[in-house]
Amino acid sequence: MARKLNLRIWRGNKESGALQNVIVEANEGEVVLDVIHRVQAEQLNDLAVRWNCKAGKCGSCSMEINGKPRLACMTQVSSFPEGEEITITPLRAFPVIKDLVTDVSFNYKKAMEIPSFQPPVGMKPGEPRMAQVDVERSQEFRKCIECFLCQDTCHVIRDHEENKSSFAGPRFFIRIAELDMHPLDILRNRKKKAQEEHGLGMCNITKCCTEVCPEHIRITDNAIIPMKERVVDEKYDPLRWLGSKIRKREGIL
Amino acid sequence: MTIEIERHKYDILVIGAGGAGLRAAVEAREAGLRVAIICKSLFGKAHTVMAEGGAAASMGNVNENDNWMVHFRDTMRGGKFLNHYRMAELHAKESPDRIWELEMWGALFDRTKEGKISQRNFGGHEYPRLAHVGDRTGLELIRTMQQRIVALQQIDKAETGNAESNIKVFAELTITEILKEGGKVSGAYGYWRENGKEVLFEAPAIVLATGGVGKTFKITSNSWEGTGDGHALALKAGANLVDMEFLQFHPTGMVWPPSVRGILVTESVRGEGGVLTNTNGERFMFKYIPDVFKDKYADNEAEADRWYVDQDNNRRPPELLPRDEVSRAINSEVKAGRGTEHGGVFLDVSKRLSAEVIKKRLPSMWHQFYELAGVDITKEAMEVGPTCHYVMGGVEVEPDTAAAVGVPGLYAAGECAGGMHGSNRLGGNSLTDLLVFGRRAGMAAAAYVKSAGTTQVSQSAVQAASLRIQAPFTRTGGENPYKLHQELQEITHNLVGIIRTKTELDDAIVKITELRKRIANITVSGNREFNPGFHLSFDLDNMLLIAESTAKSAVLREESRGGHTRDDFPKMSTTWRQINNISSFDGTQVNVSQQPLPVLPKELFDLFDPHELEKYMTPEELAKGGSN
Ligand SMILES: Cc1cc2nc3c(=O)[nH]c(=O)nc-3n(C[C@H](O)[C@H](O)[C@H](O)COP(=O)(O)OP(=O)(O)OC[C@H]3O[C@@H](n4cnc5c(N)ncnc54)[C@H](O)[C@@H]3O)c2cc1C
Ligand code: SF4
Ligand code: SF4
Ligand code: FES
Repeated sequence: MARKLNLRIWRGNKESGALQNVIVEANEGEVVLDVIHRVQAEQLNDLAVRWNCKAGKCGSCSMEINGKPRLACMTQVSSFPEGEEITITPLRAFPVIKDLVTDVSFNYKKAMEIPSFQPPVGMKPGEPRMAQVDVERSQEFRKCIECFLCQDTCHVIRDHEENKSSFAGPRFFIRIAELDMHPLDILRNRKKKAQEEHGLGMCNITKCCTEVCPEHIRITDNAIIPMKERVVDEKYDPLRWLGSKIRKREGIL
Repeated sequence: MTIEIERHKYDILVIGAGGAGLRAAVEAREAGLRVAIICKSLFGKAHTVMAEGGAAASMGNVNENDNWMVHFRDTMRGGKFLNHYRMAELHAKESPDRIWELEMWGALFDRTKEGKISQRNFGGHEYPRLAHVGDRTGLELIRTMQQRIVALQQIDKAETGNAESNIKVFAELTITEILKEGGKVSGAYGYWRENGKEVLFEAPAIVLATGGVGKTFKITSNSWEGTGDGHALALKAGANLVDMEFLQFHPTGMVWPPSVRGILVTESVRGEGGVLTNTNGERFMFKYIPDVFKDKYADNEAEADRWYVDQDNNRRPPELLPRDEVSRAINSEVKAGRGTEHGGVFLDVSKRLSAEVIKKRLPSMWHQFYELAGVDITKEAMEVGPTCHYVMGGVEVEPDTAAAVGVPGLYAAGECAGGMHGSNRLGGNSLTDLLVFGRRAGMAAAAYVKSAGTTQVSQSAVQAASLRIQAPFTRTGGENPYKLHQELQEITHNLVGIIRTKTELDDAIVKITELRKRIANITVSGNREFNPGFHLSFDLDNMLLIAESTAKSAVLREESRGGHTRDDFPKMSTTWRQINNISSFDGTQVNVSQQPLPVLPKELFDLFDPHELEKYMTPEELAKGGSN
C-alpha cells in the first residue's frame, strides 16, 4: 500500500545548507533510495545523491538516515514507524559537495598509503596452491564494498578533522589485515606499520565500525583485535614473529 | 563568450573504469605510456562490481577434459554461430592466463581441494569453468585491478615523486564527445559531475570501455551507468555498431516487490541446483529444450537430478540451457497463465541444499532476498522473471587489436564492443572478455600512439562540444528529462522487448524519432553543481541513439536467434546467420546496412561435428568446410 512519508532532507553545499521538509509517496517494499529518486523526479530535479547498483553491491549510496550511517538502497521504508519523520543527511565525517553527496577522497588517499600486495619473487601465474581455509580469512575482508560507513561512524575521525592525517580508519585496517593474512603476501611488518604509521593504536575497540558494516565484516574481532594482539606479541618475541612469516610462506609451496 | 576550460594531455584516454577499462589502463601504463582513466562514478564502483557468478576460463582445474577448444565451441553454440570467430577464439585461448595473472595481483578466488582455483558450472558451459569468489566475483575483479593501479601509482611515486605522473583517475567525470582532427582521434570533451565544469583531454588514442545499455529498458539488472554512452560516442565519431538487435534478457531477475524489479538473481542459483517451477508445481523447462540442444540436456527429472552428482554419465538439467532459451520459456509460461500473481515463476534451491550450504555458496543472494523482499531462500522459493541484462551488440572492432573499424585511434573493449558473443552471451564469458580484450585494446592503443605521434585539437571542435554542454540550461522548451526517460523505457519495454514483431518495431521507430525531437527541448532546473537532471539530459541523448539502432536492426533481422526473438519469424534462418547488421550515424539518424559475417576458417570449422553445424549452416557452407 502506498503511504505518505515526511522526509527531512539536508540540502546545501560547502558554504551552507539546511533540512528541507518534503512529503512524498512510498509504495510497498520500497527502500529509502526509491523515495529519494521519486523526490528527485517529481519535486527537486537537482537533488544530488550518489548511487549505482541499487542492490547493496557498490557502496555508493552511503548517507545518514535518522543519524545512522546506512546504505539508502538497503534501508526499507517499512522499517520506520508510520507517521514518523525520516531525516536524511550526508555522511558527517566527510566534507559536503552538495546535498547528500560528500567528498570521500580521504579514503582514496589512505588507500594509496598502504603498501600493496607483494607476491613471492619468481612465482609464476598459475602456480599458487592455497587451501580454502587459508584464503577465507582474507576473503572476509575482500567483501568490503568501500561504502565508507565504518569510516564515517568511527569517533576517532567523525568529529576530529585533526586525526585524519594519522589515522587510516577501519576500512584500511581490514585492508592491512587482509594483506597480512594473505597466503601469498611476503611483505613484512604490516602489523607493526599499522600500529606505527596508520593509527591502529588510536582505535579503542568501540566496535561501532563493525555495527554499521553492511557486509557484516567483523572488522574489530577479526582484523583489529588480532592485529593489536600480535603487535604486542611480536614486540616481545621476535622468534615467534619470524615463525609466523615462515608458516605463511610455506602455505604457498 | 570564451570560458575557462581545464585542459589535460595524455597518451591514452581510457573511458570507463570497469573491468575492461582498468585492464586496458594497466596494459597501456606497462607499455610506458601516460594514461587517464575517466569514469562517471567513483573509482571502484563501476557496474562490473555487480557481476556475481564468475569468470569463464578453461583452466581445467575441476574437469581436466576442459580446454580452449571446448570453451570455443560452447561460446559459438551459445551465440548461435553469429559470433566473430576470431574474438571467440582469442577469448577461449587467453582467458586462463588473464585469470592466473589476477592472482599475481592479489585476487583470492575460491579453491579446489588441491588448492587450485575452483570452477563452477554455468549455463551453456560443458564443464565447470567459472572461476569465482562466492557470488561476488565482479567485486574481486574490480578491486584487484583497482589495487593493481594503486600499486603502479606507488611505483611511479617512488620514481617521480608524483603518484599520478603516469596514471591518473578522473572520477565522476562524464565524457560527452570524442574529438577528431583529419579523421583521427585527437581527444575528448566532458564535464565534472561535481560542479559541471568543462574539461578538455588531448590524446591521440581512446579506449572506450563504457559498458552496457540496460537503462534504455524499464526492467534491467544494470546500474544507472548503463546508458550506452560508449556506443553512442562511437557512432557519433564515425564508428559502426554491429548487431544491436541482440540484447540478453537474463531469465532470473527479481519481480517483487516492484522497487527491486529487475535486480539480478545470479545464474549460480541454478548452477548450484535451483529448479524452476510454475504455479502448477511443474518443472517446466523439460518442455522447452530446442532440437539443437537435445543431446546435451536431460529430458526427465531423474537424469537431471543425477547430473549434480555424476556429470560424466548424465545430461545436464534444462535449467542450465543458455539464457535466451530460459527467458523465452519463462515468458511463455507466464503468458499461458501459469505465472505468479506478480508475473514471474518460482526458483527454488531450498529443497536441494541445506540452509548452511546456501548461505555459504550464495551469500549475497540470501542477503538480497532477505533484506529486500523479506524472503528466506533457505526455506522458500524465489519469484523470478526476465530482466534486461547485457547487450551483445556493440562497436565493430578488429578482433586482434580491439580497434574500432573506421576511426584511427579509437578502440573499444568490454560490453561496449560487439562481435564476441554473437547473438547470445554465455554467463561468465563477459568477465574474461573484459580482461582479454581490455588488455589487447591497451596494448594496441599503446602501439598506435608510439607510431602515430601527437595530434592537435582545433578551437572550433572545442567550441562545438562546449556549446552542447551549456545547452540544457539555455533552452526553454520545458521538457523534463526524467519524464522523457520513463517514456523511452515504456517504448522499449513494450515494443522492442523479449518478443518482437514488425508492426511493434515500426511503431517504436516512429515513437523514438518523436522523442528525439523532444529531447532538443529539455530544460534543466538548478545550476551545474552535482545536478542529476543535467547529467540525465546527456545520458538520455545516448540512450535514444541506442534504442533507435536496436529497433532499426531488429526490424530488419527476419529471424529469431539468441537475444532477438521475432514472433513473425520464429525460426533461425541460415541466410541471416551469415549477416551482421551494421549501424552508422549520419548526424540526424541511425542507418542500418548488411555486411557478411566473417567465415570460420577450416581449422576452427573442423573443431565441430558436421552434424551439429547442419543445424546452423547451409549445405553450400558445409560443403566448403570453412574459409580456407
Ligand atoms: C547484476 C549483474 C551480474 C553479472 N554477472 C556476471 C557474471 O557473473 N559473469 C560475467 O561474466 N558477467 C556478468 N555480468 C556482465 C558483466 O558484469 C558486464 O558485462 C561487465 O561488467 C561490463 O564491464 P565493462 O568493463 O565493459 O563496463 P562497466 O563495468 O559497465 O563500466 C563502465 C565504465 O564506463 C564509465 N562510463 C560510462 N559512460 C561514460 C562516460 N560518458 N564518461 C565517462 N565514463 C563513462 C562508467 O562510469 C564505468 O566506469 C553481470 C552483469 C550484471 C548487471
Ligand atoms: S573499533 Fe576502532 S576503528 Fe572501529 S569505530 Fe571503534 S575506534 Fe574506530
Ligand atoms: S568495511 Fe564494511 S563498512 Fe567499511 S567500507 Fe567496507 S563494507 Fe563499508
Ligand atoms: S546503490 Fe550500490 S550500494 Fe546502494
